[in-house]
Parts: sequence; C-alpha cells; structure tokens
Amino acid sequence: MTTDTVDTPAAHPGAAPATQPILEAEGMVKLFGRVVGLRGVDLRLFPGEVLAVIGDNGAGKSTLIKCLSGAMIPDRGTLQLDGQQVAFRSTQEARTAGIETVYQTLAVAPALDIASNLYLGREIRKSGFAGSVLRMLDTVAMKKHAEQYIKDLGISTLQNINQAVETLSGGQRQIVAVARTGAFGSKVAILDEPTAALGVRETAQVLRLVRDLRDKGLGVILISHNMPNVFETADRIHVQRLGGRAAVISPKTHSMQDAVAIMTGAMVVPEEEQSLR
Amino acid sequence: MSDPTTETETPASAADLAPANHSPLERLQHILHRSPALSPLIVLVAAIIVFGIVAPNFLRPQALSLLVQQVAVVGALAVGQTVIILTAGIDLSIGIAMVLASLVMAKLNHDHGVPGLIALLIGIVVALLTGLLNGVLVTRLHLPPFIVTLGTFSIFTAVSLLYAAGQTVSLDPNAFLLWTGKTLSIGSVSITWGVILMLLLYAVVSWVLRTTAWGRHLYATGDDVDAADLAGISTKRVLLSAYVVAGLTVGIAAWIVCGRVGGADPNSGLNYNLLSITAVVIGGTSLFGGRGLVVGSLIGALIVQVFNSGLALAGVDPNYQVLATGILVILAVSVDQWIRRVKA
Repeated sequence: MTTDTVDTPAAHPGAAPATQPILEAEGMVKLFGRVVGLRGVDLRLFPGEVLAVIGDNGAGKSTLIKCLSGAMIPDRGTLQLDGQQVAFRSTQEARTAGIETVYQTLAVAPALDIASNLYLGREIRKSGFAGSVLRMLDTVAMKKHAEQYIKDLGISTLQNINQAVETLSGGQRQIVAVARTGAFGSKVAILDEPTAALGVRETAQVLRLVRDLRDKGLGVILISHNMPNVFETADRIHVQRLGGRAAVISPKTHSMQDAVAIMTGAMVVPEEEQSLR
Repeated sequence: MSDPTTETETPASAADLAPANHSPLERLQHILHRSPALSPLIVLVAAIIVFGIVAPNFLRPQALSLLVQQVAVVGALAVGQTVIILTAGIDLSIGIAMVLASLVMAKLNHDHGVPGLIALLIGIVVALLTGLLNGVLVTRLHLPPFIVTLGTFSIFTAVSLLYAAGQTVSLDPNAFLLWTGKTLSIGSVSITWGVILMLLLYAVVSWVLRTTAWGRHLYATGDDVDAADLAGISTKRVLLSAYVVAGLTVGIAAWIVCGRVGGADPNSGLNYNLLSITAVVIGGTSLFGGRGLVVGSLIGALIVQVFNSGLALAGVDPNYQVLATGILVILAVSVDQWIRRVKA
C-alpha cells in the first residue's frame, strides 16, 4: 500500500478538465422533528474525482448521503445532476437517473453467480417477443459483457464469472458490489464505508477499483471513517460537522491531523484555503 | 492502475484466490452446492437399485407405472410449493386449496350440469384466487407465510366441507374432468394423462425459472430480499406472483386429482399439504430460500413413493414407510445445512 502514495490525486487523467459539477447540492436541510440533521449543506462533485465525506458520528454524513441517493427526501435544498434539476422520491429514481449507491450492508445475492449479480435487476433480455413478452434472459450476452467489464477494470481477483458470490471472500464480494456501480452508464457512485469490514490487502483492492471507476470518469463519493484510506484515495475531502459542512480540503494542502481538528471543531479553515472548486 | 505492484509483489494473492487444497469431502460439498438436485437423484437411483434387489416385483413395469401415477398429484402440487419455498416462504394450505378447487370443478359439472371445460376453468380461477389471497396477506399485511397459510388452511378446509356438505362427489366415468385419469399404454407401461400433464408442468416451470427475468428475480428475492430490493427488483410483486403461480399449479393439480379419485373428496387434503413440502425438501430445495431446482421436487416425490412402494412390496409393516419418510426429511435438511456452509 505504500506505493499508493506515489499516485497523487493530480496524476490521474480525469482530474483537470471537468469544470461542470456532475452532482451539485445546495442548501440541503433535513429535520427530524426538532433535531437538525442537515443545516443547509452544499456539496459539489465533479466527474472523474473521488470526493470523500468524513465527519464524526452524528455529523450528518449518512443523512447527507441518503438525501443524495434518494433514500431520504430533504426538507429544503436543491439537487442538480449533470446540470439538470432533480428531486428523487426513491433510491430507484436516483438509480435510474445515474446515481448508484453501495450500502454498508452488502447488497449482493449470495446464491447467484457474479455475472447475475452484476446484472441483478437490470438483466439483458433477448430481443423481440422472447425478451419483451416472455422476459427471457440473454445469459450469453450478460456473461460476455460481465467478463469484458471485469477485464476492462483490471479486476484480477474475480476469475470465474460463474462462481456463486457466497463462495467469494468479503473483499471479493465488495468488489462485485462496487463494480456494479460503474456498469450501467451511471454518472455518480456513492460508496458507504466500502472497506469497513475488510483486511488490509482487500481494502487496497477495493480502493484501487474506486480509483479505476474515477478514472473512467465517474464522480465518486466515498464515506469512510478510515483516515489513511481517505487521504490515499480522495481528491478532495468534504468534512461534515454538527449537520453542516465545516470545510472542503485537499489531501495535498491539509494533513490527517488537520482533518481531525476540523471534524472536532478545533480548527477552522478560511474559505480561500479550502478546495471548494 | 495506481499500484501495479500489488499483484506481483504479493504472492499471497494467488494462494488466497485459487481454490486451496480441498479434501474429497469438501470437493463433494462443492459439487452438491453447484447442482442442488444431484444428491436427491443419487438417493433415488440407489433406492431403486436396492428395492429392485430386495423386492423382485418392484421393477416390474406395472409396479413402476403405478408408482409414477401415485406421484402425479403430489408432484404437481410440489411445483407450486417449490416456487413458494424458493422465496423463503411456505404454503401449508396448498393441498386443501387443491381439494377446494377440485370440489368446485366436480360439483359444477355434476350438480349444476356446467360443461367440463368451463367447470375446469372456473376451478382454476378459484385455485388462482386462493393463491392470490395468500400472496396479498403475505405482501400487504407483512404476515409470515407460515401463519398466513396456517390460517387459510383452516379457512379453505371449512369452506370445502361446508360447500360439499361433507359429501364426496363422484363423476360419470366419461366426464371430461376425469380425462387426467385415463391411461395411455405403451407396451406394458401405462401412464395416465395426469402424469403427462404433471411432467409438462415441470418442464414449463423449470424453463421459466431458468430463462426468464422473473425466475432470476424469484431466486434473488428468496436469497436475500434486502439485496434484491436494493438492486431494484420489486420484491413484493415477485412474492405476490409466486403465490399466484402456485395457485395455477394448484388448479392443474385439482384436475389431476379429479382423474385420480374419479371425482372430488373434501376429506383428502390434509396429507397433500405436508407431502408436497416433504417432496420439496427431500428434493434439495432449501427452506431458507433462493436455492434449489423445481425438478428436484419431482425427484423428492418419487423418492418418497419408491420407499413406500418398495417397503410395501418387500412385505414390511406399512408404518415403517412413515418412519422412512421422516428420516429422509431430516437427512435432506441436514445435507442442505451442510451444503450451505460451503467455502471458497
């Protein structure tokens, strides 16, 4: 993993050109009775970047993510996806619009194989009557595409596409779940603690896949408690504190100690020193 | 892309991912895990061989023909039961729902002079409605399938007995509804049209489960309902449709049972509920959902009947047949538990 530090965020191809945010949230407010979950949060995500969202427990990370992924409906605030105003009423609507989310609880069907899991809920059907009326699956095409996709992403740990997911290790399952997010022409991938239950080597594999998805041009939001992982993977870091955005920093300008200080309120970063873009 | 060294510098990666040295037992576990109908098939073949040796009459064409005919009703019901158990549900009302549908068919035809085909279709609609009721209660009221179908079991039993006034209905031997009991002889082998109808049902449902999006979604829903939901599958609709499909197989089973008993008998349903579950479980379908094949249930039903007929022909006290069924069920579930613990 030490080699990863060589890969500075600026080194990847997708970083420089994108000037238009792929996902832009403005003034997100979410109230739970009298408890303030979000107090007017702004978030901007650009294509081809990994934006980490960090914060202490109760800082509003999960609430923010749920408002972006359609799992919660914000009380106030606007959301723009690719320049278009959107308001999701369900995760399904968000998914259809191109926002894929991987939840902490692994969302894979254990008894189905890797290819079936990649296409679960979005199976390729046969053409014509067989596909539209009988809803027949085109298993050959799905296997072929899944194999090609896995190869393109350079995921070497998944060798047999016909293997049942339950026979995979935790890291391999997570790789299947994360790989799914990039498979359907989606624009944004939201990953909620994708490495929480993984060992060091598996964590490195998942994070490498996260960077590969970014290099494919996806905007990736990464929620994590693990500071070294965040600093190794993220291009920018959105710090939540007490339901609001405390700062947006870059691993190049700030240290992990700074990030912890911002999270706890011990440090305030003036806007001109932030990485707001 | 960023750290090409990870792959090459850690020899651990290859060792972790390639299957480690498996013992023969682990390899067997893997094979059974991949093909869930294999272990029941082995048991069936072994049982046929053993009884063929122990009871010489057992392998005679007449005995085998009768055996297959006896499986037709339970076999057809087991198709619907498998579809429901694949969703991690269970249907305790399936046998009595069939009795109710067969009573509707027979009484409409016999008492009210409704033409056989119309009576059949109305009976199938009744069967579909019983499935729909179970499905609505499970998906809308979020009640466990066990409780729902325990309740509807009593309801359908009462309705059947009230409707038939406790009387058996005997149909004219030439009635259209008894076509499923007519035999088709090929040499000394004679099978009923009901058996052919049942086999057709297996072929169609197997094909649908294997090749359609609905089948894939049914397995995923039974496997992990939350994961299926997150993947965008409308799991409630899948569940509801499973109960309706089971209702359809109940309707077809009702037609087969008419042919078998020459009419309809309101008191015959109790055994069929449990026999269908027994067939599914012995057939290698997991009660925890998401794992199994519909054809396994046919093998499971055949295994039970092979033991019953074989033990009877070997002159063993009939009570041992029940004992054998019990042992088979417990063995089958134990094997399933063991297979589910498979590791990479």
